[in-house]
Amino acid sequence: MAPIMEFEKPIVNLKEKIKELKAFTENSEIDLKDEIKTLEERLAKLEEDIYGNLKPWNRVQMARHPDRPTTLDYVERLFEDFIEFHGDRLFGEDEAIVSGIAYYKNQPVTIIGHQRGKDTKENIKRNFGMPHPEGYRKALRHMKQAEKFNRPIITFIDTKGAYPGKAAEERGQSEAIAKNLMEMAGLTVPIVCIVIGEGGSGGALGIGVGNHVHMLENSTYSVISPEGAAAILWKDAGEAQRAAESMRITAPDLKKLGVIDEVIPEPKGGAHRDIDKQAAFIDQVLEKSLKELKELSSEDIVEERWQKYKKIGSFQTV
Amino acid sequence: MPLKDFFGKRKKYASIPSEKAKVDVPEGLMQKCDNCKQIYYRKEIVKSLYVCPNCGYHHPMTAWTRIESLFDEGTFQEWDAGLTSANPLNFPDYEEKIKKDRQKTGLNEAVVTGTGVIENNQVAFAVMDSHFRMGSMGSAIGEKITRAIEEARKESIPFIIFTASGGARMQEGLLSLMQMAKTSFAVKRFRDSGNLMISVMTHPTTGGVSASFASIGDYNFAEPGALIGFAGRRIIEQTIREKLPNDFQTAEFQLEHGQIDKVIHRHDMKKMLGKILSMHADGR
Ligand SMILES: [Zn+2]
Repeated sequence: MAPIMEFEKPIVNLKEKIKELKAFTENSEIDLKDEIKTLEERLAKLEEDIYGNLKPWNRVQMARHPDRPTTLDYVERLFEDFIEFHGDRLFGEDEAIVSGIAYYKNQPVTIIGHQRGKDTKENIKRNFGMPHPEGYRKALRHMKQAEKFNRPIITFIDTKGAYPGKAAEERGQSEAIAKNLMEMAGLTVPIVCIVIGEGGSGGALGIGVGNHVHMLENSTYSVISPEGAAAILWKDAGEAQRAAESMRITAPDLKKLGVIDEVIPEPKGGAHRDIDKQAAFIDQVLEKSLKELKELSSEDIVEERWQKYKKIGSFQTV
Repeated sequence: MPLKDFFGKRKKYASIPSEKAKVDVPEGLMQKCDNCKQIYYRKEIVKSLYVCPNCGYHHPMTAWTRIESLFDEGTFQEWDAGLTSANPLNFPDYEEKIKKDRQKTGLNEAVVTGTGVIENNQVAFAVMDSHFRMGSMGSAIGEKITRAIEEARKESIPFIIFTASGGARMQEGLLSLMQMAKTSFAVKRFRDSGNLMISVMTHPTTGGVSASFASIGDYNFAEPGALIGFAGRRIIEQTIREKLPNDFQTAEFQLEHGQIDKVIHRHDMKKMLGKILSMHADGR
């Protein structure tokens, strides 16, 4: 069973109680129908109150939920004949990023995504979804290939960040990300990016420059982790909740800021409650995006992307 | 003096860096080297472009001192001098912090952009100043750099950037991160147009700036001893649970790992840039 987050405890407790009552009625003469009905109404209201009014911090918890679906969960449900390809041809293979080709509604596409593990063993193998430079370089190799064979690129963003390690620095983490940003700027095929979990800073952006950028309702996208921001701003990592609110890291906030295109809804209680349903929600938005972008010439694809990013920012003149 | 008058007055000197540079020299006759702690006459260290005469340590320079040290006299013209940060997230205390740094530095943002002549070569230019919000990258910086690169493309002149940045401008949230993408678009368009881009990383060049325009020049240079890297030393040490060597993420470390083209001493900078610029001009 999925670990329970503090804020949803009242819902889970009430659900338990209803289950108990139902079990009790089955083996007894006493009729509790009315009582159960009342509780079920109360449950509906409670769910509406809690899931309908999630605080930024609750969404951080959702985005970090251990059962939150990963890139490969969606790949399995949205695409056909996915074939994964490995390696950056320079140093090695980085399993924190998966990359390959597949059919999306009969059209070949290139898929690139951060990949977390489902358990400790897989997480170690995948470095908790935190890429080294070779991960970004592998992604770029595949993006260039997509351009050559005129395939749209779909990226799934789900990382705490690029890995802050010694070897990553020695092999040019900065250059690897910077180069991806520059090259993604010029790719002549459509790029659609979807933030499915945590969008952690430059490590997320490294595969996140797209014509369209969408976010799942309870995913986050942030220039620095709330803990990191709190430690720097208020010298107290415990102020992370305050930082999460101040930095506007949720999908609805970022849509308002004009940084992302669509907020993709989640099933009640989060993506992990119903992965099939979540995939179907993503499918709708992805299909629409690709259809729109298919209409554009390769020059217009590049130009549209540039116009989108050129506008991002808020400043004034004194 | 009201803030507005203060900046209004400064604007007049936009093309006379030496006048601006004078304001940047703090009071006091003596100064201590941040590295070796030797004490010098201030004039002496100013004359050596803030390089310690004893140990060679390159102290951070203000943007206008840098401009004065590089450009042929009286040639620099500033662009977008009045462009400054807004407070798009209504982040608490952000406006006060900006106001304070504007007063402290006489700059409106942590980057000065413009055009000028280096050893007879006309270039577009951007120089970051870490005295302003640690050179952290906000929307105003992204916009100024993007505009400067676009202008260089239109005029078909080389673009040179001196970077100095502690990373992201947290108070602008994701808008800060997106400046990495925005400026990288400008670099891509510029480089594809066949023009020369030179990046010179100065102390410190870390985080988002290091992972965007700083690392994608046709040539990437650095000043001696400059701290250059993606993640902070403390975070790396916590992550890998080991102590990092002293020279980790220095310019020399980056050179050794193949990440930069050359380390250039500040005293040789103008001549070296001039030489490289001329070699590219002559071949065209
Ligand atoms: Zn010294």
